[in-house]
Amino acid sequence: MSEPEWLKNQPIAPVETAPVKIREAEPVDIPTVSDLDARITGIPKPDYWRRAFTRYGTRPQRYFLVAERADRVCGFIIGEDRAWEFGSPPCGWIFAIGVDPAHRLAGIGTRLFEAICARMRANGMTTVRTMLARDDALNMAFFRSQGMKGGSFIQLEMPLD
Amino acid sequence: MKLQKATLFALLAALELARDPTRQLSAAEIAQTYGISANHLAKVLRDLGRAGLVEALRGAKGGYRFHANAKRVSLYDVMALFGDTVAGGGDIPHPSDETEVGRALAQVLNEVDEIAVATLKSVTLATLLKSLERDAKRGIALSH
Repeated sequence: MSEPEWLKNQPIAPVETAPVKIREAEPVDIPTVSDLDARITGIPKPDYWRRAFTRYGTRPQRYFLVAERADRVCGFIIGEDRAWEFGSPPCGWIFAIGVDPAHRLAGIGTRLFEAICARMRANGMTTVRTMLARDDALNMAFFRSQGMKGGSFIQLEMPLD
Repeated sequence: MKLQKATLFALLAALELARDPTRQLSAAEIAQTYGISANHLAKVLRDLGRAGLVEALRGAKGGYRFHANAKRVSLYDVMALFGDTVAGGGDIPHPSDETEVGRALAQVLNEVDEIAVATLKSVTLATLLKSLERDAKRGIALSH
């Protein structure tokens, strides 16, 4: 019988010691972000990422940040400020995050999350929200570990036949 | 959501021990902290020991110590050890399951179960303990 997950020690973080810098994304980063997302999700979508940069990387109250280590982008996070959707006062929304699997367990996701929250806070936001697939255990556990909890809104959907 | 006593005791004990994995506590000490039955908790701790979540230490100062990786143990994992894992689609078939209304009702109940399971699977012992620390800090900040 295999060892239960909880007996395993935390995997050792990558040996990489170069400092991580969090900064605003630039057009030159988009191919790397697109590749990184394709590796994580298994679905290449370069057009989406080009449009995402135009929408979220170049406008106020929108955030497209990248994590850079040794001059190489190894993570990204995207979000925006939203207001009054079904009565919700202005709040920050995070709708994408990704960290290169080779650079995980080094706190890069946390640095990206804290950086986007700091920018949202500076813009007057007092709450941050996100929406995840129910079976996305990795991201769900990550956002929970950052202090996020079930909120006061519920996501609903139906097929449009 | 109502948990079985054993499941609730297991969660309380696992969290209390995970607060400081170097500390060893007896069943009586944990039971006193939470106002629960020491006898019942002793049995639960034996089950947690068999699962490898806690380690039993013998001797005059014997007791239990947390033995797992708190970042990898979810609330659901602990509940599953005691078979308390939310209905999971209804274990007992009922004739009403075959009716239109029964199926529609089951769909809603399944939706509730799925959300509960996803929530319990996403909260690790470490996350819950971290939220305690965060709330405590927030409380201190608010009181100043």
